[in-house]
Amino acid sequence: MTVLPVVFAANAVDTFVQTFFRGAALGSLYALLALSFVLVFKATQTVNFAQGAMALAGTWFLSMVFIDWEIPGRWLGGPMWLNWVLAVVVAALMTGVLGLVVERFTIRPLIGQPHFTMAMVTLGLEVVIQVVSVDAVFLTPRVLGVPWGADTFRIGGAYVAWSYVAAIGMAAVTFIWAWQFFKTRAGVAMRATAFDQEAALAQGINVGRVFAIAWAAGAAIAALSGIFASMSPWGPAGVASREGAFFVFRALPAVVLGGLDSATGALVGGLIIGFAEVFAGQYLADHANLLGYGYQQVVPYVVMLIGLLIRPYGIFGTKEVRRV
Amino acid sequence: MRGRPNLYTSYEAESQLFPTTTHKVALGLGLLVLVLMPFDLPVINQLPFVRFLGDSIWLRLVNKMLIFTIGALGLHLLSGLAGQLSLGHAFFGGVGASTAVLMGGKASANLWGWGLPMWVWLPAAGMVAALIGIAIAPTAVRVRGLYLGIVTLGLVFIGLHLSRMFPEIAGPGDLGRKWPRMELRLWKEEEPFLDFSRDGHWLWFDASKHQKTYFFLLVIVVLMAWWVANLGRTRTGRALAAIRDRDIAAEIMGVHEYRYKTTAFALSSFYAGVSGALFASFVGQVPPEQWSLRASVTFLAALLIGGMGRVSGVFMGSFFVIMSTRFVEEVVDWAKHQAEADGLFSGFFDFFISRGTGDGGLISVAETAMGYPLPASALDEIIYGVLIIVFLLFEPLGLSGIWMKVRNYWKGWPFSY
Repeated sequence: MTVLPVVFAANAVDTFVQTFFRGAALGSLYALLALSFVLVFKATQTVNFAQGAMALAGTWFLSMVFIDWEIPGRWLGGPMWLNWVLAVVVAALMTGVLGLVVERFTIRPLIGQPHFTMAMVTLGLEVVIQVVSVDAVFLTPRVLGVPWGADTFRIGGAYVAWSYVAAIGMAAVTFIWAWQFFKTRAGVAMRATAFDQEAALAQGINVGRVFAIAWAAGAAIAALSGIFASMSPWGPAGVASREGAFFVFRALPAVVLGGLDSATGALVGGLIIGFAEVFAGQYLADHANLLGYGYQQVVPYVVMLIGLLIRPYGIFGTKEVRRV
Repeated sequence: MRGRPNLYTSYEAESQLFPTTTHKVALGLGLLVLVLMPFDLPVINQLPFVRFLGDSIWLRLVNKMLIFTIGALGLHLLSGLAGQLSLGHAFFGGVGASTAVLMGGKASANLWGWGLPMWVWLPAAGMVAALIGIAIAPTAVRVRGLYLGIVTLGLVFIGLHLSRMFPEIAGPGDLGRKWPRMELRLWKEEEPFLDFSRDGHWLWFDASKHQKTYFFLLVIVVLMAWWVANLGRTRTGRALAAIRDRDIAAEIMGVHEYRYKTTAFALSSFYAGVSGALFASFVGQVPPEQWSLRASVTFLAALLIGGMGRVSGVFMGSFFVIMSTRFVEEVVDWAKHQAEADGLFSGFFDFFISRGTGDGGLISVAETAMGYPLPASALDEIIYGVLIIVFLLFEPLGLSGIWMKVRNYWKGWPFSY
């Protein structure tokens, strides 16, 4: 992710408003990604390290769908923003299908194996998917055709990018969906599976299907956050390359801080990390010589380490019950 | 007991590293081959798989593998023996490399270096890494499982940032700086009395720098591997294995979990530090990005492909991970020649090989190979990603597991057990 120069607002209040929006938007993106980690973790008790690669693949899919294939623009011919939104949906669905396929062939055979094994498999997946998508898009910069581009609007003297509003809105919609989802039949089944796989199987829950739902939804949400993270204020406005995948590794502190198995924790953790990173970047910029160039990108990890010293299972995480 | 190889009459006999005569003979022969390997000797160069090693390109890869093995042995202590998932192993390698260059490097206007000899900076690289391992242990011991993996992942990124903060140590940006050579001096005098990094004479032999480095590394690796294998038989090793198998049960039995996990972190960091220092010194100039997540994953991949929890597996996995790069290149090259040769199967190979724009295929062999037909280098990364998955799915015990199956089959042959 490239570090863009900060547009300086006129006075302290405007600077604060501007920074606040930036923090909220970045926090929303982290929260979205954290939610995708949480979904997978709730079902499979595994951190899916391949989520970054999924986000990358989702961005790549959007570029192909919207720019190369002009789906659904070639049939609809309607307004550009509607086509773009539909293309985003298509890309997220495609990533969901990718998640389904990956889950079916690599994760399903591991039901009942140690969590360590599954996590390692996802690391392997991360390498494969990332290399395929990075090397396949490497020298041909792809654009995403974001309708609002880098446009901003003003609140008083503060400049706010439309991307911030879009990211916050996207996160809000997704989180409302997630909270509703955990109340549905499938969501309850997922919570039961997370609690105890064998007991869930004995209750007649199809654990395989729960895995599939979690992976598909996780991949789709990761794709959404990947797409938003590649937009103009954060990314190169095109498909992010290898550095873009590190964005996802900065979201991992958000998950751990909030607790690996809590959707609320994902939101809170994501916002804390996002605000911490942006506010540190804004208000400690005078000490950049001391802290080193790009110090704000390390802030999430520092916050995570401090948080884990206080609460080893995250703010909203369930303390693991350990038996001999 | 003659003829009863699996009958042990004492605990000492059971816990021997090389219990049978066959083991001892195999070890002796193996060491003999390892010593003779780098020479272009008339007998050795007839042996399959070994003869190419007189070649300096291959010997260079073998040296790289030996250095990598030291780091993998460290991760074996932490993940294989003590069962702690660590994604931050590369960070400790970076710590070791930085210590080495700070102590042994040459100072200049914008670089720090004390110019100390290798017998100071090599152990110091390990010690400093071990101390940092002990320093992070309070956080690392509190969290377990995947939380630990993410915490150690954070270390990698903090380490990368620190290397950017101190370009005086790690060297500027993408370039890095010159690392001290592998050579032994008494103190800061001009001429080293033993030099492993330049061509020259040893006794009455002409020894190339790769051959010299090879012998130096071989001694270090054999000592360190022997020490790791031995550790598994001691009280500490048994305590670590108990923590791996069930940590609460281990605590109830009186294993001090905090102390032993800290020990595991310190020892594993020591190995990583030594490995990092040697690697940087071997390559000569290393950018800080070397110590990234990908390097950590490579260490884990070596452990998993070789087989978790076995020292022999560490060697097999390291060999596989390092050699696969070259192996893939050779295979692609061979397939390219087959495709161009107009032989019986050239159409089959042409299907896979793309020779530039316009020619379809999966793998590109063109000079500027980027973009859709994947270059051979990308293919190599994909292959080890796939191999991690395949081994975990189908052979969780890794290469050493396959070897054990083969051995057990022939032990009982012609009977099934």
